[in-house]
Amino acid sequence: MSPSGSSTQGIPAYADTPLRQKVLRRIRSRPTTRGAAILLGGFVLLALLAPFIAPQNPHDLASLSVMDNRLAPGTGGMTGMVYWLGTDAQGRDMLSAILYGLRTSLLVGLSSTAGALAIGVAAGLVAAQLGGAVDAAIMRVVDFMLGFPSILVALVLLASIGRGVDKVIIAIILVQWAQYARLMRASALVERRKEYIEAAINFGLPTRHIMLAHLLPNSIGSVLVVSTISIAGAITLEATLSFLGVGVPVTQPSLGLLIANGFEFLLSGEYWIAVFPGIALVLLIMSLNVVGDRLRRSFNVRA
Amino acid sequence: MTAYVLQRLIQSVLVLLAVSVVVFFAVYGIGDPIELLVPPQVSAAERAALVRRLGLDLPVWQQYFTFMGNALKGDLGRSFVHGVPAIELILARLPATFELVLLAMSLAAAVGVPLGLLAGLDPESRPARLIMGGTVLGYSLPSFWKGMMLILLFGVALGWLPTAGRGEMVSVLGFQTSLLTVDGLRHLLLPALNLAIPNMALMIRLVAAGTTEAMTQDYVKYARAKGVRRKRIVGRHVLRNILIPVVTVVGIEFGSLVAFSTITETVFAWPGMGKLLIDSIYHLDRPVVVAYVLLATLLFVLVNFLVDILYAALDPRVKLTGEMA
Amino acid sequence: MTAPLLEVRGLKTVFHALDGAWPAVDGVDLVVRRGEVLGLVGESGSGKSVTGFSLVQLIDAPGEVIAGDVLFNGEDLRLASGERLRSLRGDRIAMIFQDPLMTLNPVLSIGEQMCEAILEHRDCSRQDALNAAAKALSRVGISSPETRLKQFPHEFSGGMRQRVAIATALLNEPDLIIADEPTTALDVTIQSQILYEVQKLSRESGTAILWITHDLAVVAELADRVAVMYAGRIVETGPVDDILDHPLHPYTLGLLNSSAATINPGERLKQIDGAAPRIDSRPSGCPFRPRCERVLPSCAEEDPMPQIRGERIFRCHNPVPHGEAS
Repeated sequence: MSPSGSSTQGIPAYADTPLRQKVLRRIRSRPTTRGAAILLGGFVLLALLAPFIAPQNPHDLASLSVMDNRLAPGTGGMTGMVYWLGTDAQGRDMLSAILYGLRTSLLVGLSSTAGALAIGVAAGLVAAQLGGAVDAAIMRVVDFMLGFPSILVALVLLASIGRGVDKVIIAIILVQWAQYARLMRASALVERRKEYIEAAINFGLPTRHIMLAHLLPNSIGSVLVVSTISIAGAITLEATLSFLGVGVPVTQPSLGLLIANGFEFLLSGEYWIAVFPGIALVLLIMSLNVVGDRLRRSFNVRA
Repeated sequence: MTAYVLQRLIQSVLVLLAVSVVVFFAVYGIGDPIELLVPPQVSAAERAALVRRLGLDLPVWQQYFTFMGNALKGDLGRSFVHGVPAIELILARLPATFELVLLAMSLAAAVGVPLGLLAGLDPESRPARLIMGGTVLGYSLPSFWKGMMLILLFGVALGWLPTAGRGEMVSVLGFQTSLLTVDGLRHLLLPALNLAIPNMALMIRLVAAGTTEAMTQDYVKYARAKGVRRKRIVGRHVLRNILIPVVTVVGIEFGSLVAFSTITETVFAWPGMGKLLIDSIYHLDRPVVVAYVLLATLLFVLVNFLVDILYAALDPRVKLTGEMA
Repeated sequence: MTAPLLEVRGLKTVFHALDGAWPAVDGVDLVVRRGEVLGLVGESGSGKSVTGFSLVQLIDAPGEVIAGDVLFNGEDLRLASGERLRSLRGDRIAMIFQDPLMTLNPVLSIGEQMCEAILEHRDCSRQDALNAAAKALSRVGISSPETRLKQFPHEFSGGMRQRVAIATALLNEPDLIIADEPTTALDVTIQSQILYEVQKLSRESGTAILWITHDLAVVAELADRVAVMYAGRIVETGPVDDILDHPLHPYTLGLLNSSAATINPGERLKQIDGAAPRIDSRPSGCPFRPRCERVLPSCAEEDPMPQIRGERIFRCHNPVPHGEAS
């Protein structure tokens, strides 16, 4: 506002039209993300506390009673314990299985994203800083990797190295690092054109110092923001691979594997074995997506 | 134009070569297929004979060159499990996957373009928000989960549609197809829908964003100033501009549809090449896996090439020249 | 005297924002007579383009025309239905936009984009429309029009595209063409060619033109009458020679002194101090007051009302006396 005072400030009475109301609604409307954030926090907490709060240790075969197999939700078992979410074909309490499955899913999702992020950021940074042939070589590999559907690459990879939590993590890292490399390179290239970097170069600072002390901290932000959504992608990929039977081993089932185990009973009406872990998985993925999307928007990052 | 085609051809060959090396050596790591093929009571001599016959005793690079030499002659090896050429096995499954992908792509476009237009023309309206919210679910939920929910809803709860297999087929030009029988179409509907959903969501987002952007462009305002009716502005000026990214996505996503059909085919027991890939991975049927990946790559490369040509036909500003990357 | 082609009274267009409804056009009065060229002059942000679009009700949210009468051939366009407006646009009232690079749809042929201007208004065959388009193209000096019609916008230079826009505007022989700085994006030689052609064409067809520009030199060359716009309102109107020779409003005088075309060689250009007020911070009283060399105490208290002096209308408490221009 100008200090000289204004004759036209505010809304003239006759300008308060229906269109104005519509325009204001558009400006003001903001989807709430608080629910998603709380849900996500709850999932992380449940996964961390699983061994303490689960009614049963689903990996301890001694504590399972095969007689209690495929019980409907809310049924009491032979051991006197009430299975609130029912049991699976081995008589395993689904609630406990889901809590432990959440642990595995989150573990794979977080550690593979961290690994992919580390490799991708390093590759992108080096490509941006060194340029020339190194840049071209790295980006050729990145293009090559991104040219194929991730599910196919992971599938073939796991086919050759076998299943296991560590193997799944490796496979997801290998299919996901390239996207971070591309993002990081783009972000670092923008940063490199700024004056302070040019000043640092002219000042004769060593390349390594410029890369690690200036370029890295100032250009990694957008990559980190995008990685939030990519955790959801990693968890989805793990669940899919486990569902197809090439992911985590049966001894350490993730949500995806639990769903796969319940699939065969779906048609016979024993829906709970597949549906409850599925609901947990869907809520986890959705909350990550909503929170990640909100972060991306508030930091104004284009993925 | 010729220079461009030539350059793309060379690129394609290089990509195929790279993929063949990577895949062959990656898949070489699969556990010992002999363990799987030969019953334990078979004698060591017989076992060794089989190893020699299959060429598994040679060094890996030599196996690769043998493989490549044969591949150039159109022979991608023999399935360990079925004893027939891998390529025959895959080609036999190709029509099933193809009709699935084709129907899925048509569904995605048929639903995605109109819904995207609707959402893009008035992005603040309630239906638009509903549609856009739906797309988030559409592409972020795991494909196998959506498939199971479709089965649960339409197969188990409502009992409207079958949930497994191809149903009744007729033979057209030597191919078996489910597209031309009622029973076949009923079998096809759920898997095709499941495969289509993420693409539908993508298409809606793309068309909506494109429409919203196009509607603010000067050329739309200019068309209005010329007195052009809204129907023509949307149907001709806007749609014609949106068509370009839509075609690109259809092309690019064609590859991922083929890849994602592995999941859908597994969920719906659809006997296509994706199901074959999963089965071959279980059975350590190395030649089939390698052949599948090479064939899939060939398919991707081919489709991308066709999309580029189509792109040039749709956008008068694009000229295909040798310099294009 | 017959009724004017276009008569605008108290036109007001606001842009809605969280903290208010800011008037880009703040009570504009305007008359365009049949067959005349009226130059609407003002700095950027004065509201002259918004005025042009408000006349044909082509204002999109968050903008809105909230008051005023726009009488075109005696019909109030603010009360007209959407379909009635559509049938007038491009037929009786044609527009030429500022940036020829943005106004043509890049993926449709020139022929299609010209023909639709005809086909959306009258029943005729596509071939007839194409013939008419070809004729219009040759009228604006484009050679081999039949070939050109099959081409796409990217095959035309900026100047050529603007000729296409002018040809399109002429297709239905409208009563009025609203031209929104159509030569600003072009270089000077092409600019004067186009000015010459437009003038010739409007004389031939008797079409009135509302020529919106920031450039007094263009107005001097082209217009019969001038309306000077400042902060969303018309501050001075009159015949072009009167205004250029003896401006009454200090703002008009300032514009003249800062325009290279209207001063004598060797003289220095004088800029008006300060900048046009932002739409959300217009001062009370006369909006030109903070930049005015002739400001009086009353300017702060009372918004000057339009005064009529012969053929001229101006809004100023302390108009420039004769002989002070230049």
